[in-house]
Amino acid sequence: MSPDGGSIVRLTGVTHCYGSTRALDDVSLDLPAGRVIGLIGPDGVGKSSLLGLAAGVRKLQTGAMRVFGGDIADARHRSAICPRIAYMPQGLGSNLYGELSVAENIDFFARLFGQSAGERAARIDELLQATGLEPFRDRPARNLSGGMKQKLGLCCALIHDPDFLILDEPTTGVDPLSRRQFWELIDIMRARRPGMSVAVATAYMEEAEQFDWLVAMNAGRVLATGDAAALKAHAGAATLEEAFIALLPGEARKGYHAVVIPPRQAQPGAPAIVAHGLTQRFGNFVAVDHVDLEIERGEIFGFVGSNGCGKTTTMKMLTGLLPATEGEALLFGRAVDATDLETRRRVGYMSQSFSLYGELTVRQNLELHARLFQIPAERAKTRIATLVDSFHLAAHLDERADRLPLGIRQRLSLAVAVVHEPEMLILDEPTSGVDPIARDEFWALLVDLSRNQGVTIFISTHFMNEAARCDRVSLMHAGRILATAAPAALVKARGSATLEDAFIAYLEEAAGQAHPVIDGIAATPVAAGREPLPGRASSPAWFSARRLIAYARCEMLQILRDPVRLATSFFGTLLLMLVFGYGITFDVEHLTFAVLDRDQTPQSREYIEEFADTRYFDQQAPILDYAGLNGRLKDGKLSFVIEIPSNFGRDVKRRAPAEVSAWIDGAMPFRAETVLGYLNGVHASYLTHLNLRMTGSPTVWQPIQIETRDRFNQDFKSIYAMVPMVIGLLLLFIPAILMALSIVREKELGSIVNLYVTPVNRFEFLFGKQLPYVGLAMVNYASMVALAVFLFQVPVKGSLLALTLGALIYCITTTGIGLLISAFTNTQVAALFGAGILTIMPALQFSGLIMPVSSLTGVASAIGYGFPATYFLKISVGAFTKALGFAELAGNLLKLACFVPVLLGLSFLFLPKQDR
Amino acid sequence: MHSLTNIWNLGIKELRSLGHDPVLLGLIVFAFSYAIYSLATGMSYELRNASIAIVDEDRSRLSGNLVAALLPPNFRPPEQIASGELDQRLDDGRDTFILDIPPKFQADVSAGRAPAVQVNIDATAVLQAGIGASDIQQILTGEAAKFYYNGLDRQPDPPVSLRPRIAFNDNLESSWFMGVAWLINIVTMLAIVLSGAAVIREREHGTLDHLLVMPLSPFEIAMAKVWANGLVIMIAAGLSLTVVVRGMLGLPATGSFALFMVSVMLYLFFATAVGLYLGTIARSMPQFGLLFILVVLPMILLSGGYTPLESMPRGLQIAMQAVPSTHFVKIAQAILFRGAGIDIIWPNLAVVAGVGGLLFALALSRFRISVSQTGG
Repeated sequence: MSPDGGSIVRLTGVTHCYGSTRALDDVSLDLPAGRVIGLIGPDGVGKSSLLGLAAGVRKLQTGAMRVFGGDIADARHRSAICPRIAYMPQGLGSNLYGELSVAENIDFFARLFGQSAGERAARIDELLQATGLEPFRDRPARNLSGGMKQKLGLCCALIHDPDFLILDEPTTGVDPLSRRQFWELIDIMRARRPGMSVAVATAYMEEAEQFDWLVAMNAGRVLATGDAAALKAHAGAATLEEAFIALLPGEARKGYHAVVIPPRQAQPGAPAIVAHGLTQRFGNFVAVDHVDLEIERGEIFGFVGSNGCGKTTTMKMLTGLLPATEGEALLFGRAVDATDLETRRRVGYMSQSFSLYGELTVRQNLELHARLFQIPAERAKTRIATLVDSFHLAAHLDERADRLPLGIRQRLSLAVAVVHEPEMLILDEPTSGVDPIARDEFWALLVDLSRNQGVTIFISTHFMNEAARCDRVSLMHAGRILATAAPAALVKARGSATLEDAFIAYLEEAAGQAHPVIDGIAATPVAAGREPLPGRASSPAWFSARRLIAYARCEMLQILRDPVRLATSFFGTLLLMLVFGYGITFDVEHLTFAVLDRDQTPQSREYIEEFADTRYFDQQAPILDYAGLNGRLKDGKLSFVIEIPSNFGRDVKRRAPAEVSAWIDGAMPFRAETVLGYLNGVHASYLTHLNLRMTGSPTVWQPIQIETRDRFNQDFKSIYAMVPMVIGLLLLFIPAILMALSIVREKELGSIVNLYVTPVNRFEFLFGKQLPYVGLAMVNYASMVALAVFLFQVPVKGSLLALTLGALIYCITTTGIGLLISAFTNTQVAALFGAGILTIMPALQFSGLIMPVSSLTGVASAIGYGFPATYFLKISVGAFTKALGFAELAGNLLKLACFVPVLLGLSFLFLPKQDR
Repeated sequence: MHSLTNIWNLGIKELRSLGHDPVLLGLIVFAFSYAIYSLATGMSYELRNASIAIVDEDRSRLSGNLVAALLPPNFRPPEQIASGELDQRLDDGRDTFILDIPPKFQADVSAGRAPAVQVNIDATAVLQAGIGASDIQQILTGEAAKFYYNGLDRQPDPPVSLRPRIAFNDNLESSWFMGVAWLINIVTMLAIVLSGAAVIREREHGTLDHLLVMPLSPFEIAMAKVWANGLVIMIAAGLSLTVVVRGMLGLPATGSFALFMVSVMLYLFFATAVGLYLGTIARSMPQFGLLFILVVLPMILLSGGYTPLESMPRGLQIAMQAVPSTHFVKIAQAILFRGAGIDIIWPNLAVVAGVGGLLFALALSRFRISVSQTGG
């Protein structure tokens, strides 16, 4: 079991860098097997990197790391132990799919681990029972509360009976009750699988007290290891938090003081914040349900509750950011009004997410906000100087905000929020993820603002010791406030030992039952006699249709549940087809022209009549002189002008050579070329008519005759070429863009981690995600062909089978282009822009839409022949208009098919199976 | 006054953000330089390199003359093929034109029997086929006449001749037209993506919330985005016009540069407003991507920069009159090719500004609502 002497993970000199930042700095460490190991320390000290390396998510850079007795850098070993490890990344449900239901999410993971239908159903039932998620089986994951999301994440992680469970901050942002339930669940699971090792990263020291063995980390290094008692004894501290602070190197502790809060002096005047029956509904979901609040001036008012319980929404309504559905809110006795700029000057707001401009420096951020609040330059200067001093920002003035450590960044955010000396501060979870020292420093600033400057502070937090520091706290749950009082009063009222226990008591009361989850399960027998997972002993098979289908199914469900995307891609395609089918045409008609007739004889009028009689030309008012000719051509209203010289009639009668001039607007060369062609034709017909009048002979004798045969398109109508080509264009842009965004989205939102830690391989991942988009494109194809045949009356004269086969291959290549682009881009903006530009340009210009590819030269020709649309346009026009059969189209089908392995192969190569 | 300084300060912030995105900057430089150059020179609307094949069943001096007269750059060097290959090559789209010169052709011409040359045209290559057919007809007739009348006294002149003169672009150099057309397209695409993505990005990162709780009006926030993104695109467009289109493609410097830049400015006001509006409608980037395609493609393809407006169905023409791109294409052509002044283009400018203002107002009205949609 433990070839490395009882340790499950062994690190030797591991260093991991992101750019110039060292996340792990020469770490050597053994994690013991079969226990719950806690990694403690603030954000950004290397906890996540360490866990990511152990799970095989990140690629080992320097040093050696052994997991389950094998080298984690060895791909074969990784894939062999992959089914024994489960990994739950940081963030609430970041590896889950929000559109999928609870059961579907678990099912997805079960498929990735190759379980059969019967086994999946049994396991899903069992896990849902055990976690108490059974009643929410069909609820989409995005509508779950933070605590439930984490329970679901745990179900997904446990679906394949792992031997090693890796949890990265599983309880950050979760309410106290859910947090407690989560750990009870872990205990139960461990009781059922006694050999299971668990590694957990956490920022909550209270939690860490319960773990078997701890690793205290700071700045990429290990400070100490051992159980909680040993760490506390080592540091001579009463609590783990104090012990941790004591363990920090002296430099980091410099200037640290425990937070002391002087009592509050009551201030006169109306309350700072008053809310009556404040309610917010999103559709039929009630986010905030009749909240009443009254906050005194100068008070520090705390707001506690799980993520998604309505805290942020309440705060947004109080700032006027979000109009309330019902109820009223008063700030300083005045109703909150989104358009009231005056009140905003009295309020400072710090939103939950990082609300600074990351690309600006500390100084630029402060200056920008000072200017936006219209603080006069002189005062702004002294104000900023004061803030920089009291917030200890001097050392970082010229650093970019997004490069600052989190603790300093939050100090800057606060400085920015108070730059205009507001009377009230609304702070939405300002200390999430910040280490204990930085948190205490932050609180020291708050205390100073509140007690010395009389600023009212409304703050939300997850930390109980912070809640305990507030003058009063409110506990919020599911949109309602359960209790509001001074922390000590709450503890007393519930007769509990700590504030946390008091909150849990309130939450249980609200949920209507105590321990809904745990009772039934403790008695559940250990899953004995369950058949072991297939392939446990050896590596999973290199290819599994089940895993591919898992991704295809997951993607399909997501598309089906975004009706906006679905409808836009379907009806948008049809709309564009309609517009382009009629709109892109090279049938030039109704060209406007005017005549400058200097002759005004019957002969000159005969000449003009030739032009007036065709549908190609529309005659406009005549022109009188050169100035008129110039002016009319300049304003672009005429395509050409016919100028007939004086003496034209006389010359024609005398059979002397006469010359007519045609002035053509050359600004649009294609139109000018067409005009030139038409003019020559009309002129020739005039000559024939003239000949008839003069000699009585109906034809002008020429030494040869030219017989033109317009093949495939006797009427020479654009529509017979354009409609088939437009189908090709529309099967390109939309599938390519949607495909590229779909993969980059997983990167941006974090679910790409499932590719890294589950047995799914890159081919199954790529092709699985591609299938639904190919399907979607084929539905579009079918409807566009129907539109072409029935509305545009452009029949498929050739082989429909070849056309459909071509469309199928083509859709695989166009989505393949999306795959390839997604491999290179990491943000959705870049993917959108890249996919847009790289498909639109070559398709419109170099794929034979206007000019045959055979007429292109140089780079253009290379792009044309190297772009799949070129071949599908030929197939489409061939099958529709040229009446070609399967045999004649086979060559182009084959060429098109060659793109499939190339595109998929490149996407495969450029998509890493591990993160950096 | 406060309002103006706010707009100025926020705009500087936008410029700084852009400056820190090297990928995007690189993309902008690429789009305005190499992309425009290759798009303009890579393909032309003129008859260039048309691929033509000959079934010469005569193999005479005359048939040789005819073939030799089909010269580059209009035609690729003609390929001699057997008559059996004719259908297959047309099916495959390898040749747009195939001439069939019958046996005893030269003898028949000399004898004055006026034999027929067959010109097979792949009429699905609509544009090339249309222009090329009349070109080939003229070349063949002229060449045959030269041969026939060479032995006789003189070739008779037609009683009336037509002398075409091309105004504004003597050689019908289509790279000028195409360069300007793609310059406009890239301006459109970039302005919409930059401003729309800026809104979605600010919302995702929570900074839009932040701005909206400060004493700033949505008008100021939006206006800052318009001027900052607009300025970057305007400078890029100005440089591109001077260096790429006029310098490298050789478009003569007719028309007022200043007037064109003012028009670009007004057009950018419209295009960034479109981006802002779409940014407030879309809830996610995939939705924005779809909307982008739905809006941008018609603007590229139907505004007269790609195919002529006159030939579209009447209804569509009228609809496109409401789209400022159509007017901007007209403005650009009028100024850059015909040297038109403000007296001619002011109605078009008015439409661009009017529609731009309307969209801008719409985007503003949706700004606050769209922020609350992400709440929760």
